[in-house]
Amino acid sequence: MQITGAQALIKSLEQVGVDTIFGLPGGAILPVYDPLIDSSIRHILVRHEQGAGHMAEGYALATGKPGVAMVTSGPGATNIVTPIANAYMDSTPLVVITGQVPTANIGTDAFQECDITGITMGITKHNFLVTSAHEIPRAVAAAFHIATTGRPGPVLVDVPKDVSQGTMTWWWPESLDDLDLPGYHPTSEIDDADITAAAQLIAEAQRPLLYIGGGALKSHASRELVAFAEKTNMPVVTTLMARGAFPDSHPQHLGMPGMHGMYAAVTAMQQSDLLIALGARFDDRVTGRLDGFAPHAKVIHVDIDAAEFNKIRHADVSIRSDVRSAIVALDAVVTTTPNYATWWSDLHQWRAAHPLTYDTPDSDGPLRPQAVIEAIAAAASPGTIVTAGVGQHQMWAAQHWSYEEPGTWINSGGAGTMGFGVPAAIGAKVGRPDRTVWCIDGDGCFQMTAQELVTARAEGIPIKVAILNNAYLGMVRQWQEMFYDERYSEVYLSPDLPDYVKWAEAMGCVGLRAETPEQMEKVIAEANLVNDVPVVIDFRTDAREKVFPMVPAGATNDDIVVHPSQRGEK
Amino acid sequence: MAAPEPFTGATSHSPVQHHILSVLVENKAGVLARVAGLFARRGFNIYSLAVAPADDHQRFSRITIVVDAESAPLEQIKGQLNKLVNVVDIKDLAPRESLERELLLATVPVSDTTRTVVMDAVAQANAAIVDVGSESVTIMLASTPIACDALERRLESFAHVELHRTGRVALPRLSSH
Repeated sequence: MQITGAQALIKSLEQVGVDTIFGLPGGAILPVYDPLIDSSIRHILVRHEQGAGHMAEGYALATGKPGVAMVTSGPGATNIVTPIANAYMDSTPLVVITGQVPTANIGTDAFQECDITGITMGITKHNFLVTSAHEIPRAVAAAFHIATTGRPGPVLVDVPKDVSQGTMTWWWPESLDDLDLPGYHPTSEIDDADITAAAQLIAEAQRPLLYIGGGALKSHASRELVAFAEKTNMPVVTTLMARGAFPDSHPQHLGMPGMHGMYAAVTAMQQSDLLIALGARFDDRVTGRLDGFAPHAKVIHVDIDAAEFNKIRHADVSIRSDVRSAIVALDAVVTTTPNYATWWSDLHQWRAAHPLTYDTPDSDGPLRPQAVIEAIAAAASPGTIVTAGVGQHQMWAAQHWSYEEPGTWINSGGAGTMGFGVPAAIGAKVGRPDRTVWCIDGDGCFQMTAQELVTARAEGIPIKVAILNNAYLGMVRQWQEMFYDERYSEVYLSPDLPDYVKWAEAMGCVGLRAETPEQMEKVIAEANLVNDVPVVIDFRTDAREKVFPMVPAGATNDDIVVHPSQRGEK
Repeated sequence: MAAPEPFTGATSHSPVQHHILSVLVENKAGVLARVAGLFARRGFNIYSLAVAPADDHQRFSRITIVVDAESAPLEQIKGQLNKLVNVVDIKDLAPRESLERELLLATVPVSDTTRTVVMDAVAQANAAIVDVGSESVTIMLASTPIACDALERRLESFAHVELHRTGRVALPRLSSH
């Protein structure tokens, strides 16, 4: 049967199980939007292509399925570059379809032409420029295969207009061989010798630590991880990308390590004699100054991406594997009688001496941002999904919310993309309509992508947004206060401009505001009653609040700065 | 003339710590850009690079890259290269265990007074005259990088020399297997 390339593209997306596309049409992608009308696939019409990309990421992170975005050529394509870079840094499976000018016009500076495969070469796992309608099924199947296997990541498929308008005889690649990817080997067998060597290191360790990264979530390793941790009695830390992989309420969980990590988690890394890194990549936000990081520790490094081994930190044993398979293999050979009594005694002491804390709010306001997050969490149903932008609010949301299950914490970790929160929340809600989705946002972040609330209202996606409005680019302000002699340069925004309540209402959302603790409780209860349209709450928070603990940039983790109220004890 | 000594590293043109990566890639549009772009964005230095189709069907190409192994650990360079979907195979050829060759072409002006000196240089280097003009000759040398270096240095003493080198290709030495 002869069909058009555009029909083949939609049919291919249906074939790989796509149920939702986030996108915005334009000239070069026009042919593809026609057969979309007849497809079972839901299309969410965004207001800006960046929104489409972050929504697809939120969808992917909430469901574990690849997110799909579709945009036109030129500016449509460049507008989605930031989400692609974001997905690349956080290893999120994402497939982006871009329209391209007709093949004959490529290289002529045609209207809305840009070399998007060239632009995204360094921020995609792979990309394709499809040159004939016949190749569309292969390109789509390969894109999904690459995006979702091994270390996941974004894949871009660029489709020139003459290709989508051309015709082909429908076919579908039935096997991996049909994908024609001779250089792609995403997985390999675990080497038994590595497992034996790792077991040996574990047997010798007195102060082992399970250092859990995002790879644990990608490989759905939570159950195996809890079992292994309980069997061995080892303490656990979960990185910003792994929050939810191990229940926060679990007594062996020390919390998040890193620049704004828990004191006990950061200090445990420093004092450990064996770091068991599971799907973690020794990011600079975790290690602090590298030459002072975990100086006593040997390292077992488990990663699906072999290029992570010895990139930052020497691995005494490296195991190329997904986290879950590696834990299963380790579990089978590790027979250590759990003890670590001295180690746990130290850990308990650190935890008791430096718990997470903040100053009590005054009853007449302003609000403490940490208290706002805790109040939302207290009123939230179990399994609520939290998304965040980037900055102070993100760190507080990572610290003050108890994540109990995978997929409940969605944020921009590696790239640090401001404005991620709102569209990611929309994508997450589309993927998990059964869950409540809260976006904990900052006022700076909110202003970057808030227009997608129009999308949310139009498409019936009732998310909840809590703006921690301190009228500042808060994290930059914190650095200027602490490290630039309180010389505040270009960080003041304004609590009232824009008027967030009116803005929310203009976008068809419910808009609420709270300035005191009493109002805070009231608006949260009110927001929880709204389930048909998005809700935005403007929480007026104290601009002087800083995120603690903090490991200053360039310092080692030993120089962690705790909350002022705890400094006498250190 | 005795076979030149195996090239082991230090010459005026080579980084002291170099390695040769023989990279088999899919012969598709943009693959060379992917490889070169990877080196650029990760801060790996390329000393020389040669690329040509690798088999009859032109499905694959072979890129021979001489890398500066001091700019980044070789393991990291190979690891990142291996992640490129179009990279099919990477062979790491240690200089001592590989046979390296490259091609040098040079057009050298000759006059009655310099002709003999140029001919001497050609003979000594085991090079060949491949083109002869009224006032210049073109010399070709296919040899080790060190021999090419030597000839290049020798030709520096002549004025207005146009000299091109291909960058090296390499294969493992049979004796080391």
